[in-house]
Amino acid sequence: MSAITETSRPTKPSLSETGGLVERHWRELAVRRRLYTIGGVVFLVLAMAGSLWFANESNAGKFFDRLPYLFDFLGQLVPRDGWEVWRAMFDLPSPYDDGSLKYNYPEGRAYFTETLYVPEYVYLMVETLNIALLSTLIGFILGFLLCFLAARNLVANRWLRFFVRRFMEIVRAFPEIVIAGFFLAVFSLGAIPAILAVSIHTIGALGKMFFEVVENADMRPDEGLRAVGGSWIERVWFGIVPQVMPNFVSYALLRFEINVRASTIIGAVGGGGIGEALRLSIGQTHEAKTLAIVLLLFLTIVVVDQFSAWLRRKLVGDQAFEFARGG
Amino acid sequence: MTSAVTAEMHEVAARYPAVLQGSVRKRRISWLVAAGVVGYLMFAWWFFSIGTVFANAKWDIAGAYLADWVSYEVRPNIDLREDHLEVKFTRFDPLGPNGDPDWLARETAMVAKKAAQASGAGGGVSSSSGSFLGPVGGASAPAASDGAALTPSAEATPIELSQEVVRATVDFSGAGTVDIRPDQISVTRGDETLVLDIIRDVAVNAQGPLPSWATQRSPGDKVVVYFGVPGRAEIENDEVKIRHRFLGWANFVFDINSPFWGKSAGEVFDLILSGERIDPSRSNLSLAWNNILYNAEWQHLDVWTKLLETIVMAFAGTVLASLVAFPLAFIAARNIMPNRLLNQVAKRFFDFQRSVDMLIWALFFTRAFGPGPLAGISAIFFTDTGTFGKLYSEALENIDDKQREGVRSVGASPATVQRYGVVPQVLPVFLSQSLYFWESNTRSATIIGAVGAGGIGLKLWEAIRTNSDWENVAYMVILILIVVFVFDNVSTALRHRLISPSGTTS
Repeated sequence: MSAITETSRPTKPSLSETGGLVERHWRELAVRRRLYTIGGVVFLVLAMAGSLWFANESNAGKFFDRLPYLFDFLGQLVPRDGWEVWRAMFDLPSPYDDGSLKYNYPEGRAYFTETLYVPEYVYLMVETLNIALLSTLIGFILGFLLCFLAARNLVANRWLRFFVRRFMEIVRAFPEIVIAGFFLAVFSLGAIPAILAVSIHTIGALGKMFFEVVENADMRPDEGLRAVGGSWIERVWFGIVPQVMPNFVSYALLRFEINVRASTIIGAVGGGGIGEALRLSIGQTHEAKTLAIVLLLFLTIVVVDQFSAWLRRKLVGDQAFEFARGG
Repeated sequence: MTSAVTAEMHEVAARYPAVLQGSVRKRRISWLVAAGVVGYLMFAWWFFSIGTVFANAKWDIAGAYLADWVSYEVRPNIDLREDHLEVKFTRFDPLGPNGDPDWLARETAMVAKKAAQASGAGGGVSSSSGSFLGPVGGASAPAASDGAALTPSAEATPIELSQEVVRATVDFSGAGTVDIRPDQISVTRGDETLVLDIIRDVAVNAQGPLPSWATQRSPGDKVVVYFGVPGRAEIENDEVKIRHRFLGWANFVFDINSPFWGKSAGEVFDLILSGERIDPSRSNLSLAWNNILYNAEWQHLDVWTKLLETIVMAFAGTVLASLVAFPLAFIAARNIMPNRLLNQVAKRFFDFQRSVDMLIWALFFTRAFGPGPLAGISAIFFTDTGTFGKLYSEALENIDDKQREGVRSVGASPATVQRYGVVPQVLPVFLSQSLYFWESNTRSATIIGAVGAGGIGLKLWEAIRTNSDWENVAYMVILILIVVFVFDNVSTALRHRLISPSGTTS
């Protein structure tokens, strides 16, 4: 009989009392869930609108005022001819050379011998890569030494664990530019402040990843070593290290990818390397030089990422941790 | 372990060496890696000339800069005049230009002030015995017959008697004292005392050998005496520079120009709650709040605004990137968009955005929009669209196909299939990844701020580069650490709720 009134819908089977209760409960939940969703979306929209308004207000140039200049700036980045970018990258003489810094590419050559030279930007890129590699290595070694002290399954002393973990958290969250700026004051300009800043951050970031790996390690080898009277160091070295090493190296490679980017940024605030060259050349609108650096940086990062992904896949299989950066 | 078992094991090891020793290749690799690491470290030592840089580093400055993070120096200069002293505070001193701390005791006396330079020490009042007038005497003394008697040249120029400091004693928080008179300075640290004779504008001469805590480059040169953490004094032939260090941050709440400066918390509360209006146009509460916000040295309002800019940069950049990456990820996912060409185009686009460093985007947009959070938002947005697109499309490619088929089998349109068959599976993963990057972007936003993208990074960098505002750096670092920790915990908590099944009910 109800089918006559509700033709479009299938007949509602009359539910038992418990069934009705369940259905009513489900409806309540659904309504509440929808309310939460709507509330969340409204909150997000309001927060976004507020954020964008605030960002626009406190910016030096307003978004819509400056938008045309964005394209002007893009136009300024077009080189005079396509080969100009290659000349800038490999420090070849330019036909437009008028003695100014803008077109005088051979100026930056770093000579090995009379004739053999390394182009300026390639040299700076190598420097940045070395900053990243050395920092990753330092961070790996120190993070490796620290991580076992933070693992619950290896250290019974709660306070030791607590302090090591807090230490790692603080060095991880400590802004890198402050460390770089501090050491810039002590060492004056150069790559060392950048190395120290990136390494200190790496210790914390890798240490955190490492001790999580150690806590998930299989404890049976450790038990075996304990049973035959191995000391703590022997237990760690022969029981834990062999099984966590592939993961450690994989994380370190991932960190290397991040550190290449980080050392470029630190370079831009005075730590040397390609970052500084990029900042200067964008600031002075040297279009060919800027494009050469951007291209070089882009290619390097692609190569580093691909190489590291390949090596990680070899080490730990397909579950290679595919976070591009972070930590 | 008994010896029998050990012997047996050695026997087994001798019989099957390959089993216990591991493969030759493996051993060789580990040695190669170790040698490579050592070789690389040596190369890096040479490449960055680490040895020279460390040898040339200004380590003493490093110590002072580190101390500046948590302490401040009060730096009075005491000029040695002919017969009296002049205690001077700089305009920017934590105690203000007219500081009168109780660790600097002054003894005053009436002395004759002359316009012209007198000859030698004999011309002035003998200040060591100069207690002929009590310190309570009026500052503007009457034209004096006393003074006339003291100086023979008095008839020519009118002589003014005035109240001047003739002796100052600086107490370095118990670590030592410096007792200063115009012609003699005695420094006490522990049970050692150093007496220095001053020949004004000529030399500083020590009586007896210098103790280990005092240094002098050459005889007659300035003497520097160290009291450890509480500070040092530089004694020159015409002035004494006191550098007295105190733990803490000076004038953190009110600066020296504020009427509330130098008052205890109780007094300030009294003033705010029941005191007379200091500024008739507004209440004391609003005056106090205004004074805190516009504290000249700490610039609380500016720091907080800049911090908010950084937070906004990270937040808006991450949200925008998530919103844009969301539809693009569907195009890039092979199992959802069957068109291989579109897949590849979208994926290469993501790779491009990811591989152009955030620094490049930041510098680029700083040029375009001018320094400020818009540049930072754009930089984070462009980098993270690539990152999110890659992560999202990977998550999409790993979904369970059964749900999609189920929805499709009842005749749903393609859009509805995505809405009910795909999105519920991946949304928690997407949100979790975005939250993770929100937290990490807060840190990135600080760094790219320093290259011109605005926010606290720029302010931090400016404070660092002055090399004298390390306490402001410490303040901002603490604020950043708090923000990062709070965001880290919020994002972790939200992610746990999203991923764990019990958390998804609400």
